[in-house]
Amino acid sequence: MRRFALIIVPYLWLVALFLVPFIIVLKISLSDYAVSIPPYTPLLDFSAGWEGLKRFFSQLDFDNFLFLTTDDLYWKAYLSSLKIAVVATFLTLLVGFPIAYGMAKAEESWRPMLLMLVILPFWTSFLIRVYSWMGILSQDGYLNQLLLAVGLISEPLRILNTNTAVYIGIVYTYLPFMVLPIYATLEKLDGSLLEAAEDLGCSRTSAFWLVTIPLSIPGIVAGCFLVFIPTIGEFVIPSLLGGSETLMIGKVLWDEFFSNRDWPLASAVAVILLLILVIPIVLFQRNEQKQREAEG
Amino acid sequence: MKTEIAALVAATLAATAATADEVRVYNWSDYIDEELLTKFEEETGIDLIYDVFDSNEVLETKMLAGGSGYDVVVPTGSFLQRQIEAGAFQPLDFAQLPNAENLWDVIKERTDKYDPGNQYSINYMWGTTGIGADVGAVTEALGEDAPLDSLALIFDPANMEKLAECGVHFLDAPTEVIPAALKYLGEDPDSKDPEVIAKAEAVLLGVRPYIQKFHSSEYINALANGEICVAFGWSGDILQARDRAAEADNGVEIVYNAPKEGALMWFDQMAIPVDAPNPEAAHTFLNFIMDAQNMAAASNYVYYANGNEASQEFLIEDVIDDTAIYPDEATLENLYTFTPYPPQVQRTVTRLWTKVKSGT
Repeated sequence: MRRFALIIVPYLWLVALFLVPFIIVLKISLSDYAVSIPPYTPLLDFSAGWEGLKRFFSQLDFDNFLFLTTDDLYWKAYLSSLKIAVVATFLTLLVGFPIAYGMAKAEESWRPMLLMLVILPFWTSFLIRVYSWMGILSQDGYLNQLLLAVGLISEPLRILNTNTAVYIGIVYTYLPFMVLPIYATLEKLDGSLLEAAEDLGCSRTSAFWLVTIPLSIPGIVAGCFLVFIPTIGEFVIPSLLGGSETLMIGKVLWDEFFSNRDWPLASAVAVILLLILVIPIVLFQRNEQKQREAEG
Repeated sequence: MKTEIAALVAATLAATAATADEVRVYNWSDYIDEELLTKFEEETGIDLIYDVFDSNEVLETKMLAGGSGYDVVVPTGSFLQRQIEAGAFQPLDFAQLPNAENLWDVIKERTDKYDPGNQYSINYMWGTTGIGADVGAVTEALGEDAPLDSLALIFDPANMEKLAECGVHFLDAPTEVIPAALKYLGEDPDSKDPEVIAKAEAVLLGVRPYIQKFHSSEYINALANGEICVAFGWSGDILQARDRAAEADNGVEIVYNAPKEGALMWFDQMAIPVDAPNPEAAHTFLNFIMDAQNMAAASNYVYYANGNEASQEFLIEDVIDDTAIYPDEATLENLYTFTPYPPQVQRTVTRLWTKVKSGT
């Protein structure tokens, strides 16, 4: 009984916060546009009884999903979002790993403060932090002023409103999500393993590649997922820092929802996005489980 | 602990339930003299919660979702029309609006197209969509005879290529830009024919490489600071940029021109959502806004013309005598209006807009 209670809590959580919203979105994606409040039909009406339910289900169809295949905009946007998410995740890893490594190697008395420094920026509103990047990256922003003053460039660089600015914004915003899980695995790393490696004639560099990196893989994978998943549907960063060449699915969703007022089609775009994200996550977990079983 | 939770719940309930002395207004950004807001609270004792937006799309989505919690909202005519169709607004109770007699028939005749019989809305401000230019920078790029008052300035690639250096912004609003492109071609700007609209696409793609950004509010500051030299934007916003530049005394001289080929005339209408928590206070707010002196104060501040005839005697000369704000008869003849696209055409237009902006 106690076991059952323990299992039911996470499942209830999942049903309330994931399954129910998903079913609502799925239902809207099968509906049709209408000039009304809310702007789609049919609406679920229990007062009409069984007949009403039957009529309701007969009006649902997959037209919106079919429409998504008729225009290459959607596939291009999905692919472009995937590309941006993959590149940004990789860049975040490049920046985040050395930070996590440095933290884990630091004196124990220093670590709480270093940890605090990573978390501290969260105390300021995300929006304000992205806005301040606009001030840094703009044509006459601080970065250009600095580079001009130092003499590295003679013309101000155009960074704001390009994909470069989007990458900078994503790496900056999601860095803690990468650093924290990697730090957690590195901190737990058994130092005697490295000593053993050196005793057996391994140089420091190869011990790093042969011992530290493989043992930190769980942290790296967790960090990459924490960055990759929100990045793919990111809307705020590309809309503030990106230019018109930045094509991301979040923006396409916005257009369907706000400009076309086509909630059903917007929902269909969202359902597909979810499928794109869920499939690799499930595959990843299967793989993890298999590995664990093989090891056990 | 329990009492704390109870107190918290009670406080939350009190905050969500609209009390008789609270009114929530959702208006465009940079669109009122904020002193008027304080004045309203002092005169009526009603708490005013004032919130802003910068795109009709955001407002419309809130209206269509329902339960926005706002008592007064300010959609533009063509958007208002569709929202009325969707049943988003309640008819106004003119018994509660004695100041409605101040409204100007010239404007009422035109807004009748969007709100038949003017039952659901009153005009707040109206204006034109046109060209703001930094005179110095543009004449440097194009020479003394630069066509500052012509759509050719922004739709002829030969001109735009030279202007790209100093920076051009366009409104991020297809319903403003596409009609103008059609007007430039001599087509009907209000056309709903996809084949005609496709011609606008060709014009826009031709100048697209030279447009730095599509945005509906950044150009005010960008023009005033001299960061850009041309903006296709809303009349009053460009006039605000002109004044900000003059105040900063930074050597930037901004002019606004309604294109000589014809300019889009738009109307921002105040309306009360059908599910407004406090319609009575909403009427009080509308009546306050329609007071001749209050309306004049708003126009004197934001440099937009209003639909209130009685307010005209209180307008400063800078506003009432400026033909960029209150156009003369000849220009008024030359203005056109726009009606909403039907859903399928709207999709084509949004798609076209995405293509123009992102190249996909």
